[in-house]
Amino acid sequence: MAWFKRNKEGITTSTSEKKETPEGLWYKCPRCKVITAVEDHQANLWVCTNCNYHEKINAKEYFQILFDNGQYVELDPNMKSVDPLNFVDTKKYTDRLSEAIKKVKVNEAVTTGVGKLNGRDIVIAAMNFNFIGGSMGSVVGEKIARAMKYGLKHKVPVMTISKSGGARMMEAAYSLMQMAKTAAWIARMREAGVPYISFLTDPTTGGVTASFAMLGDINIAEPGALIGFAGPRVVKETIGKDLPEGFQTSEFLLEHGFIDFIVERKNIKQKVDFFLQCVM
Amino acid sequence: MEYLDFEAPIKEIEEQIAKAKQLQEETKVDMTSTLEELHHRLNQTRKHIYENLTAWQRVQLSRHPNRPYTLAYINYLTNGQFLELHGDRNVKDDKAMVGGWGLLDGRGVMFIGQQKGINTKMRQYRNFGMANPEGYRKALRLMKMAEKFNKPVVTLIDTPGAYPGLEAEERGQGEAIARNLLEMSVLKVPIICIIIGEGASGGALGIGVGDRVYMLENTWYSVISPESCSSILWRSWNFKEKAAEALKLTAKDMLEHGLIDGIIPEPLGGAHTDHETTFKTVKQYIIKALEELEPMKPEERIDQRIAKFTSMGVYAED
Repeated sequence: MAWFKRNKEGITTSTSEKKETPEGLWYKCPRCKVITAVEDHQANLWVCTNCNYHEKINAKEYFQILFDNGQYVELDPNMKSVDPLNFVDTKKYTDRLSEAIKKVKVNEAVTTGVGKLNGRDIVIAAMNFNFIGGSMGSVVGEKIARAMKYGLKHKVPVMTISKSGGARMMEAAYSLMQMAKTAAWIARMREAGVPYISFLTDPTTGGVTASFAMLGDINIAEPGALIGFAGPRVVKETIGKDLPEGFQTSEFLLEHGFIDFIVERKNIKQKVDFFLQCVM
Repeated sequence: MEYLDFEAPIKEIEEQIAKAKQLQEETKVDMTSTLEELHHRLNQTRKHIYENLTAWQRVQLSRHPNRPYTLAYINYLTNGQFLELHGDRNVKDDKAMVGGWGLLDGRGVMFIGQQKGINTKMRQYRNFGMANPEGYRKALRLMKMAEKFNKPVVTLIDTPGAYPGLEAEERGQGEAIARNLLEMSVLKVPIICIIIGEGASGGALGIGVGDRVYMLENTWYSVISPESCSSILWRSWNFKEKAAEALKLTAKDMLEHGLIDGIIPEPLGGAHTDHETTFKTVKQYIIKALEELEPMKPEERIDQRIAKFTSMGVYAED
């Protein structure tokens, strides 16, 4: 006996009744594998409606969430990386850069903008992880330092949204020195009483963790984000043992005293607003 | 003395010299002219090798087991008048990071630096010069004490990196380094930083934000070690020489790119062949820097320090 029996011969559904299912209509959560409509996923701020997994998003999306009506003026939009060391590994650095610009449609791994958050002026520097792993080279350091200078000049609070693999190898020591540069301007903001919020998202590691990301008046993180100095693989190789469950997650850092609180994406605007209300 | 692979010709001549000397003693035959000739050749060979070092060879030299380490420098600079201080006042004393008060020609200076071990047992004790967060926090405590007493800080940098261990992460390695960068950028007293061996990434920079940053001639300073760079970008450990070239990590490259303030020359054949000359040169550089920095107002120093690090970076703007 056949498992399926065709009652009518031929295809009978009319084309007008067919539903369009173009690419990118569905979002499959990488953690729980549940499928949701992209529209619903976006409406939920790119957070899985089933398991609360916070999908990696770029500056553009964070700006939409944080700035009133999604409106802002981008700072230094045309600043681009050059290749000061003529760096070539398996690929030329300049090729990596032009590929990233083409693919991600942003000029660098950080976008900075000034706008209003619940009516209050704020400067936000948010990282684009899919631009060479959100790595920090000269441009990332310079744009963040300039965002901080803007905050200092106009007495406007500054927020960074970190999402980075760390310093960019292809600019070697130039990248390293961006850590000192950004930290120095945070010191200046401290002297001037300009609030600085560091929002850490998945993932934040290496030279970014070891500089501006850990230096907020408040350090806050999205749930379940990987945050650390050394990457988990390196730590595992160093100690020669498996890592404990939840190692280097936001929750782990909260427990060890390095972040002030964990905040879900949908609450970030209100939490930042409340903090600024209290300190300004 | 241990010889690196590219030093084989030097080793050969030095062995010949030793043999000639031995022969002279045993047979009482005058070998003076042979010895003179050999010494001349040794010098020429050394010069030839050391004037044409590759980036990777410099990396090898920076790790030479006979190279002097931090405490040896401090001992010479202070003529043994050194009071080591311990502990971060939080969890423990980090043996990979040393520091304390010393007298440099009679004036009080706060010395801080990573310390490597001189033998297998000590290397373990010193954790191979890889500091934990408590090391960076000890360093910061000592810098703040120097600030309180208006005394300069001298840091000696020699580390393969901040320790990437489990407890280091639990205790906030990233935060500890970040905090130092912030505090050093606005510390009111002069800060002189000298890379005496390896300057690996955040682990080095964590005590490396200064009014003057110098590198000894045969050291390296970069965002990552050539080995790790090779393993990440080439997905193999076999491209460390290439990575060393690409990273532009030598003192000469770093100075050309304006990322350090000067190069401290080493005796021909490297610091490991003549500790005392190395110490003397380092001392001259420290004293000269202090003479330039001490008359300045703290705000002026801080402004210049921040301006220097702010100017580092290359980018295009349309």
